[in-house]
Amino acid sequence: MNYFPEEVLEHVFDFLKSHRDRNAVSLVCKSWYRVERFSRERVFIGNCYAINPDRLIERFPRLRSLTLKGKPHFADFNLVPHDWGGFVYPWIDAMAKRGVNLEELRLKRMVVSDEGLELLSRSFVNFKSLILVSCEGFTTDGLAAIASNCRFLRELDLQENEVEDHRGQWLSCFPDSCTSLVSLNFACLKGEVNLAALERLMARSCNLRSLKLNHAVPLDTLQKILAQAPQLVDLGTGSFVSDPDSETFRRLRTAIQKCASIKSLSGFLEVAPCCLPAIYPICLNLTTLNLSYAQGIHGSELIKLIRHCGKLQRLWILDCIGDKGLGVVASTCKELQELRVFPSDLHGDGHAAVTEEGLVAISAGCPKLHSLLYFCQQMTNAALITVAKNCPNFTRFRLCIINPTIPDPVTMQPLDEGFGAIVQSCKGLRRLSLSGLLTDQVFLYIGMYAEQLEMLSVAFAGDSDKGMLCVLNGCKKLKKLEIMDSPFGNLALLTDVGKYETMRSLWMSSCEVTLGGCKTLAKKMPRLNVEIINEGDQMEATPDDDRQKVEKMYLYRSLVGARRDAPDFVWTL
Amino acid sequence: MESSVVYEGDLNLKATELRLGLPGTDEPEKQNMSSVRNNKRASPDMAEDGGSKGDSDAKNGDCESAPAAKAQVVGWPPIRSYRKNSFQTKTEVETGMYVKVSMDGAPYLRKIDLKVYKGYADLLQAVENMFKLTIGEYSEGEGYKGSEYAPTYEDKDGDWMLVGDVPWDMFTSSCKRLRIMKGSEAKGLACGV
Repeated sequence: MNYFPEEVLEHVFDFLKSHRDRNAVSLVCKSWYRVERFSRERVFIGNCYAINPDRLIERFPRLRSLTLKGKPHFADFNLVPHDWGGFVYPWIDAMAKRGVNLEELRLKRMVVSDEGLELLSRSFVNFKSLILVSCEGFTTDGLAAIASNCRFLRELDLQENEVEDHRGQWLSCFPDSCTSLVSLNFACLKGEVNLAALERLMARSCNLRSLKLNHAVPLDTLQKILAQAPQLVDLGTGSFVSDPDSETFRRLRTAIQKCASIKSLSGFLEVAPCCLPAIYPICLNLTTLNLSYAQGIHGSELIKLIRHCGKLQRLWILDCIGDKGLGVVASTCKELQELRVFPSDLHGDGHAAVTEEGLVAISAGCPKLHSLLYFCQQMTNAALITVAKNCPNFTRFRLCIINPTIPDPVTMQPLDEGFGAIVQSCKGLRRLSLSGLLTDQVFLYIGMYAEQLEMLSVAFAGDSDKGMLCVLNGCKKLKKLEIMDSPFGNLALLTDVGKYETMRSLWMSSCEVTLGGCKTLAKKMPRLNVEIINEGDQMEATPDDDRQKVEKMYLYRSLVGARRDAPDFVWTL
Repeated sequence: MESSVVYEGDLNLKATELRLGLPGTDEPEKQNMSSVRNNKRASPDMAEDGGSKGDSDAKNGDCESAPAAKAQVVGWPPIRSYRKNSFQTKTEVETGMYVKVSMDGAPYLRKIDLKVYKGYADLLQAVENMFKLTIGEYSEGEGYKGSEYAPTYEDKDGDWMLVGDVPWDMFTSSCKRLRIMKGSEAKGLACGV
């Protein structure tokens, strides 16, 4: 029964931007499914092995924008061996062969090759936007192909990728006719760039809104670029070193003052702190500030800078800001929504970084805070309880106490109560990372209260299988669970096997699960891929000894069965 | 409780030891961690060194082989390897910053890599050792006192400047060559500039 003609349905669906909404709509009935699939242009695939390119293209022929995620999250921390997988080439190849009109490709934790980039650049005439986050496998030659061949390129955004720099002239490969760039981010490139080519490219890119330079771009070039691009909204400086008395610096100050639109600032990969006053004029307007790679700015200068940034909503800094500095943030940045405090390199420094004090100050001063990543030396239950009371709106709460099994230093108790308070108070919590000394009790709390929790990261926590079971039982919306070095074994793994089909993935490393347990699971649940990563040779020697503990297990639901590109050391059971 | 004794031991070390420093500096942390983990884990296997399981996990093996342990705990702390790599010695990527050093009266010049030094004290110490002289104490008002030498450098604009006036980073990025001036010329630069 269809009360509306399909065109109307399609028009209504146009207003649905979120993937979840579109997914929900496609489940209503067959005709809605059909209308939705023919009108869907943007697809998000959270695990590239859950589906294959052919089925994707089959279902969504009008695909224009594809987002893919590859390796499991713990790959970021070197827990996943190099050739594990996550290759994007087959996707590009399939889309090219089937004539997909691809305009945008966003990849996270995937292996991208120069051949893939070359194929991408030649196969899709309307290709506009390439965003690569935490990817690897390509060189600046691949970037040269993109620059040369993508005539209407608007966005090239490289975030924290491992790129082999051939010190070539990739920037010079943008043809003179290319004037469409809106966003260019090459901050993660390690090598030199052709500064003259960069300046010329910037001069003809009048639509440029976002620019992030790498460390090889000196202040002099920055000044020249800014003079021509006062419309920039998002700037990442490269090297910010100059003699404050020089002509160059004077020109920079003038240019910056004209950049009234800059709302987001980052970079300072090399910095002379005496040059920082040049940016004070734009600090007033900043909503985003990322100084997490600015090792050259010490605590006191950071504080001076922050005092100018009253409108900040998102702040990423290094822990050299200290608790006192966080106090300044708390009193200055009343609009703060997201805070990330990263550990700085403490070479022989020995000074305390940040502790629970800084976090409490922030929670008291910044009521809008909802997203946190906090690396610290220590944390107390009392502090967490206070934070939970001050900020009930957390959606993301990631705490990393550098020593992962340290108790509350004041009471010597585990941190169960503190995290318990967080999950109880923050009813909208979707992502949680635990650390510190933790028993099964914290998992009891999580299972009981964390109703919206979608992603949980656990390390060195818990006493028994009960802990993991509480989470699997209680967290109905759980999508991703990743556990390292915790005493959860087969009982926890096998009690509710159906649960894993409601989740995207489960990672367990250095836990107590055995080969036998994993085999049992794989047998019961054919629509799960249960992968074991064997780096040593022991498992090879005795593949039938089911009692051996599995070092790394990664399981995920999939519609297409075991993947065919797994390397030797990955067994799909 | 046995475990609290361990934790107290931890705390005293942790207060001063935390760092993401070079391998080798993490030992005490890892040793405590491994002993703590062993307390928590029921299975005796994990306490064994490498063990019959042939545990390929670097953590356990390295933790147990105490003093020589240089490996970090894999996967902890949870910092993206890109970030970790960018904090480690940047000098791996960049080539050295070699500048000529001349001393008045010396028969030949020397070359030093500015990147190697952490600051002025370090640099001047090295120069003193290289030329067997004393340079004296720096003061903003009066330059270098207590010696007939003054360290100077030629900057990007071609001017000869007294070493020590500007921040170290700015110095290293603008210094083209060094010259240790001697005698009356030095006095001219050292005082009342």
